[in-house]
Amino acid sequence: MDNITLIGAVSILTAGITMAIGSIGPAMGEAKAVVAALTSIAQQPDAASTITRTLFVGLAMIESMAIYCFVVSMILLFANPFWNFVITKVTGG
Amino acid sequence: MRISPDEMVFFEYGFVKINFTIVTTWAIMLFMVIGSILVTRKLVIKTKISRWQSILEMVVTGIKEQIEEVGLHKSKTYIGFLGTLFLFLFTSNLLTILPVYEPPTSSLSTTAALAVSVFFAVPVFNIMEHGILDYLRSYVKPLPIMLPFHIISEFSRTLALAVRLFGNMMSGVIILGILITITPLVFPIVMTAFGLLTGSVQSYIFTILATVFIAAAANETETEVNT
Repeated sequence: MDNITLIGAVSILTAGITMAIGSIGPAMGEAKAVVAALTSIAQQPDAASTITRTLFVGLAMIESMAIYCFVVSMILLFANPFWNFVITKVTGG
Repeated sequence: MRISPDEMVFFEYGFVKINFTIVTTWAIMLFMVIGSILVTRKLVIKTKISRWQSILEMVVTGIKEQIEEVGLHKSKTYIGFLGTLFLFLFTSNLLTILPVYEPPTSSLSTTAALAVSVFFAVPVFNIMEHGILDYLRSYVKPLPIMLPFHIISEFSRTLALAVRLFGNMMSGVIILGILITITPLVFPIVMTAFGLLTGSVQSYIFTILATVFIAAAANETETEVNT
């Protein structure tokens, strides 16, 4: 396997693994947050608006973990610096 | 596939580059500035106000209430910065319903610029409020050993702020692009609707986090002044 194939294969594999592992944690965290919010809304329907707003903010904060992984995998797939480096080396740029 | 509207360059002359992000940013700025000038040209204090003035008043009072709810009581000082931030982000994220438009927030340069302005706004507001000594003293609270952690947290939260908004908006654009190649019929519309929700929530979160940072810094020194 030459270097170009190796870099391409490793980048694609890493992008997939990043998304897979990186979405497990946020998914569980969001599930816990939603469960807690639903329980408290069921107990105190009066505070529903406050709870919902806090829930949305919290969900977006948790989700940003998954978003970081997504950004990394997108960089690996579409704007890979190592790939660009090798390509310019090979084409003699 | 382009992952940011930065790569679509219209005009290039040496160092100067006019790309899609700059064009959309300036278009939104012009749209909002001219719109508000037109509305605020003839403001009245009567029981019967014009439709546009009523909308603008609702927006301003809404933002003001949100700022006060977080804990910044002198909301007049802060509404200029925070309100502009929110309205710019909200408009740029919601205009994704237009056909060829890509939100400028899906480019890392825009979000990084906004996050850096928040990064500088926190100490500026704090010094304006409490003076430079109290501000500097807040870094060595509760113990001087916390100094490096305070500094690290300043930088890391700026980075998180920028990447969070960028990632959310960029993922919306990319998922739309992927969906159009696989199922071009109905699903892109559903994802666009979802993207509108994400966009408005993210602009709210960006603003509320900036407010919380400013409020945290302000209240920290305030309690210190009291003790």
